[in-house]
Order: sequence, then structure tokens, then C-alpha cells
Amino acid sequence: MIVFILAIILFSIGLYGILVKRNLIKMIIGLVIMEYAINLMLALVGFRKGGIAPIITPEISETATFVDPLPQAIVLTAIVIGLGTTALLVSFAVRIHEKYDTFDVRKIRKLRG
Amino acid sequence: MNLLPLFVVVPLGTAFLTLIISKLWNRSADWLANIATIFLMAFALYYLRFAGQTITYFAGGWEPVEGIPFGIAMVVDSLTIIMLLIVNIVGFGVNIYSINYMSHYTDKPKYYTLFLLMMAGLNGVVISGDLFNLFVFLEITAIASYALVAFGIGSEELEASFKYQILGGTASALILLGLALFYFMTGTLNFADASQLINQIGTNPALIFISILFLVGFGLKAALMPFHSWLPDAHPSAPAPISAMLSGVVIKVLGVYTLVRIFINVFGFNNVPFIPTIFITLGILSMVVSAYLALGQNDYKRLLAYSSISQIGYVMFAFGLGTPLGFLGGIFHLLNHAASKSLLFLNSGAIVYATDNRDMTKMGGLSKKMPITSYTSLIGSLSISGIPPLGGFWSKLVIIIAAVQAQHYILSGVAILISIVTLVYYLKSQRLAFGGALNDIYKNIKEAPFAMSFICILLALLSIGMGLLLLPSLRSLLLNPAVDVLKNGIDYGKNVLGG
Amino acid sequence: MRGMTLIVKQITNLMVPSILLLGIYVVLHGHLTPGGGFAGGVLIAGCFTLLILAYGSENIKSEAKKMQASLTESIGIFLFWFITIIGLLNGTYFFYNIIAKTNPGEPFKLFSAGIIPLCNIAIGIEVGAALFSIFITLAILKVGERL
Repeated sequence: MIVFILAIILFSIGLYGILVKRNLIKMIIGLVIMEYAINLMLALVGFRKGGIAPIITPEISETATFVDPLPQAIVLTAIVIGLGTTALLVSFAVRIHEKYDTFDVRKIRKLRG
Repeated sequence: MNLLPLFVVVPLGTAFLTLIISKLWNRSADWLANIATIFLMAFALYYLRFAGQTITYFAGGWEPVEGIPFGIAMVVDSLTIIMLLIVNIVGFGVNIYSINYMSHYTDKPKYYTLFLLMMAGLNGVVISGDLFNLFVFLEITAIASYALVAFGIGSEELEASFKYQILGGTASALILLGLALFYFMTGTLNFADASQLINQIGTNPALIFISILFLVGFGLKAALMPFHSWLPDAHPSAPAPISAMLSGVVIKVLGVYTLVRIFINVFGFNNVPFIPTIFITLGILSMVVSAYLALGQNDYKRLLAYSSISQIGYVMFAFGLGTPLGFLGGIFHLLNHAASKSLLFLNSGAIVYATDNRDMTKMGGLSKKMPITSYTSLIGSLSISGIPPLGGFWSKLVIIIAAVQAQHYILSGVAILISIVTLVYYLKSQRLAFGGALNDIYKNIKEAPFAMSFICILLALLSIGMGLLLLPSLRSLLLNPAVDVLKNGIDYGKNVLGG
Repeated sequence: MRGMTLIVKQITNLMVPSILLLGIYVVLHGHLTPGGGFAGGVLIAGCFTLLILAYGSENIKSEAKKMQASLTESIGIFLFWFITIIGLLNGTYFFYNIIAKTNPGEPFKLFSAGIIPLCNIAIGIEVGAALFSIFITLAILKVGERL
């Protein structure tokens, strides 16, 4: 039970990073921490008490208690999606620094109203 | 039907093929991409004959075991057919438009690759039958649109796209958290299976928490009012065909369609007690505040972006009423808004192509030099504002009658008032852009090229004729089956799994 | 960027074959052990990145080499698309495992599980080339250059 609460606390640390921090790179790091926390939460959801890793090898019979493998497949896909998002964000941050010469979000404000 | 995955397979394969072949021959990207979108539009029109039935397709041939589906499921029912028509017809129009328009930008083959990836993602969201497949295709669409918004790499486009990405990434993270808790609560991710399970579980605090997460996540993709702040920056900065696609299709498919499918078909509209009230509240808030914000805009595309938020507010208000007439009004207004708003954004693209300027105070008298653009723009504006006999009038009439029948008298009065405000700012923009005397620097501009004008005329004809869909014979063909899908609510599960 | 000192170059010479071999092993045995296409692809991309970091970026200055990374990625993902569509062309389902239905191997051997090893190879090529192109774009390309 307490591991779920810790995963939610990690998620809210990431959310704090996006909401409060002024540097573009720190906002990206906040988003990455949020994605980590959600992947952790997904992997924890599949836990069964006394289960082992869901891989069939010649020594393990097919009726042993396995941990749920579906959330692990979801986490694999979510990690790849997070990688794509992060790569795009970082390249945008590099380009914005070339155009505006700063990483401060308070100065990147050409569009208003 | 065995060929359902072609909606996703064809644009995906053509996108990768375009990347490879365009390194040898640069103009091949035009041909390949347009052949793909023509095929998609023909395929979507072919699926019209299945209105009223439910077709399922299990990828890899993994049939359900003892009634429990455990593979990737693709489902087409009548609501899906309407969304497929919107996505593929507008996509076809935008793709032909962008043959001429994108010659002003560099690196056209990469544009076609990203655009076809976005089409594959949109089709995938609409036909997916379980929650995780929907999430994956939603991310594909979102990442393709982040890159497309910043396509002309100026400083404003980069800033708008960065803001869009951070907010969109947060929304996707919230949706994934909701998905994790959803799996924890029900043990399955398939829509049909979950709807039957939730019907037995009933209301509990976990369901309320998950609905709030989904509401914020998908509501941000739909640009409902407290979560709308990315839209007035992202939609004007994108190139005009992408603005038309974003405003006319993406916020409907990623936001409104997923909200409606999850909250009406999977959770059940009465199982979570406050959802209809929140739909109505957020709808009214979007409608009112963004209409007043649109009155003060000088930038033509920014005004159209705020108008999009307002019309999506109408649609959410209609869905929140919960009556079959409300569902009819919501779906019909989606169709009308897709046709008219895409037309208006494509017209603004024609103006930018000719004059290189988006500020309305510097335009003037363009109707002498660009007659097709100005007349189709007039048709589009009047259709959204709700002037009879154009299409938008009928859908707004249905929404207001549904509101009066549900005894929300004050709110229907507000809807009529906002309709008048919409008419005011559209007439103002028509007058500033097309009426008046011709500005001297624009003496030598010409009308938009033939392909662009042809698509604008086609969309204008669709806007005019959309009202005919309310005739009883045509209504039972297309709109009534879709309303039935929503009216049945939780029975969706029985329809899909062959009950 | 400049290369590194002689010690780093010698150790890279020793390590790169092992890392590449480990990456290919993880990709090929994706249906028997944890790993598969994505994890193996990351290892392969790391191997190329290590070479660039140790030897400097003059070795990749020419246009042809930069385009090859992007072209390899496109070919990899096109191959994956083609494998998934073979079932649809044959009249059965999308993503159908035809090799496993017609020619199944024995369990726990390398040649079993149908199209899964082929998909893993395609994804390994694609992810390796994609991550390497990301590295080139962020670290080596100058302003205004294209891949």
C-alpha cells in the first residue's frame, strides 16, 4: 500500500517541477519524472503476492504463480513513447535557445492575448 | 470485414515509403501521399453501408476465449463511421490543398510523412476498441502534431509548440495514470468487457478518481475552458492546412470522441454522479468566455482559434444534457463545425499565401482580387454563426430545443446570446478582411491557385448541404444509428462481444 | 567535437565488439529472454555513440554518412510494417503469425515463435539508427544543417 503512495508522491514532485520552475530544462525534467512515476505505478499494479517473473523456462512448470505480464508490456510501450516525447522536447529547447538566447520562460513571451 | 486495419496500415506504410523514396526523387512525395488519402476517403465512404451494424476485428486472430477478449480489438459502429468520415474527408481536402501551399516551406517530404502519421493516428484512435490501443494512437497523433505546429521554424512557432508539448505531455501522463488505476480496478482494458464489469461494480470512490483524471486529460486535448491555453498559440502558428486539420479534426477526435466514448459507453452516464453537470458547466464556460475573448482579436487565425473553443463548448453542452435529442445535436454540430472551420482556416491560408499577412487591421478590400476566397469565407462564417438555411443553423436549433426540453431555460438563452456574439465577430472579420477599399500594397495579388480554390468550394458546398442530413430518410441512414449507439450506453459491451 | 585521449581510444577498441555482440544477442533472443528489439537497439546505438565520442566527430562530417543513419531507420521501420502486413496479404488477419502456424519450431530453441524474431530484428535496426540520428542532430549538426 505504501509503495503506491510513494509513487503518487513522485508523480506530484514531477508535477511541481512543471508548474513552479522557470527554466525550460527543469520543466522537461519534471515531465520525465512524471513519466517515470507512472511507469513505476503500472509495474506495481501487476504484482501478485508470491509471484515470480512471467518467463517460461524449461525448469518452471506452466502452473506456477506468475506476476501479471500485461502491465509490463504497457510499461515497455510507455517508455518508448516517453523517449520520443523527451527527444522532441529537448531538440525544441535547443532551437529556442538559438532564437531567444535564454532558457527563462518569463522572457519567451512573444505570443500574448 | 477483413479489411478494417487498412485504415491504419495504409497511411503508416505510405509515410515510411515516402521517407525512403523521396531521397531519390523529390516530387514523388506529392503523388504517394495524395494517392493514400484518396484511397482512405474512398474506403471511409465505402463503410457507409455498414451504418447500424457493429463490426469487430481482432488483430492477429486472437479470438475471445470464453467471452473474454484479450487481444487488440478494433471496433466499428455507427458513431465510429461518422468520425471516420470527418477524419478522412477533411484529410483528403487538406492534403490536396497543401500541394500548393507547402511550396512556401522547405522540406516537403517530411511534411507529408508527419501528416500521414497523424492520419494513421487519428484513424487508429477512432477504430480502437480498447483503452491502451487508444492511448498509443493518441500519442502518435499528438507527437506528429507537435512537430507539424512548429513546421516553419520561426521563433513564434517554436514557442507555441513548446507550450503545446508541455501541456499535452502532462495530459497524456494523467491519462496513463488513469489507465493504470482503471486496470487495477477492473482487471481488463477492453471497452466492451469493462463496460459490463463496471455495470456490476457500480459507483465507488476509485471510479470517481479515475473519471476526474480522464476528464482533465482528455479535456485538455479537447481544449475545454480551464485547459484551453495552448490552443490560441498553437493553431495560428501552424501552417494553414495543419491549422485546418488541428481545429477541424484533431480536437474533436482526441478530445470530444474519447470523452463521449469513455463516459457514455464504458462508465455509463449515470454511474458517476457529477459527470453530466461538469460537461454542461465546462461547455457553458468555454462557450461564453472564449466568445468574448474572440471579440478583441486582431489576428485572423487567433480569432478562428477562439471560435473553435466556443463551438466545442456548444458540443460538450449538448452531450452533457443526456437526452437523445442532445446527442443528435452534439454529433450534428461536430459534423458542421468540421466542414466550416476547416473551410475558414483554409481560406485564411489562401490570404496568407497571397498577402503574407495575418493582421486584420492591415487587410482590406480583398474581395475584389480574391472573389472565391471571400464568398466561401462568407458561407463558412454564416454557417458557424447559425444563419438559416446553412448547416450550422439546424445543429444549433437542435441543441437549443434539447436544452429547453431538458428544462435548462437560462442556459438555452445563454446559447442563443453567444450565437449572436459569434455572428458579431465573424461579420467584423469579414468586413475588415474582405470589405472596404483595397489597400495599395495589395494591388498585384492574385486569387489562390486552382487546387486550393477547388477544395474551398467543395467544403463550402458541404457546409451548405449539411442541413439536408436532418431529412428523415437521410437521418435514419447516418445520424440516427449514431445516436442509438450513445443511447444504448452500457449495452455497447453486448453489441461488441456478440451478445 | 574533438576526440579523447589515447587511453580512451584503446579501451574503446577493446570494448566496442563486445557491446555490439551483446546488443545483437539481446535482439536475437528476444523471444526467450527479457529484452527484445527496443533494448537491443538502444545497446547498438550506444555502441556507435561511443565510437563517435571517443574518436571525434570529423569521422562523420560527410553528408553521405549522416544520411545513411536516417535511411537505415526508414528501411528498418518499413521492414517491420511489411512483416506485419504479410498476414493481411495472405487473406488472414493483420499481424498474424503465419510462420508459427505452418512451420513451428520446438519451444525454447532459437528458431521458434514464428515472426517474433524477425520483428525484433527490424525493430533493433530501427531503434539503433533512430537513436543515433537523434544524437547526431543534437550534438553534431550546426544551425541550418539538415540530416
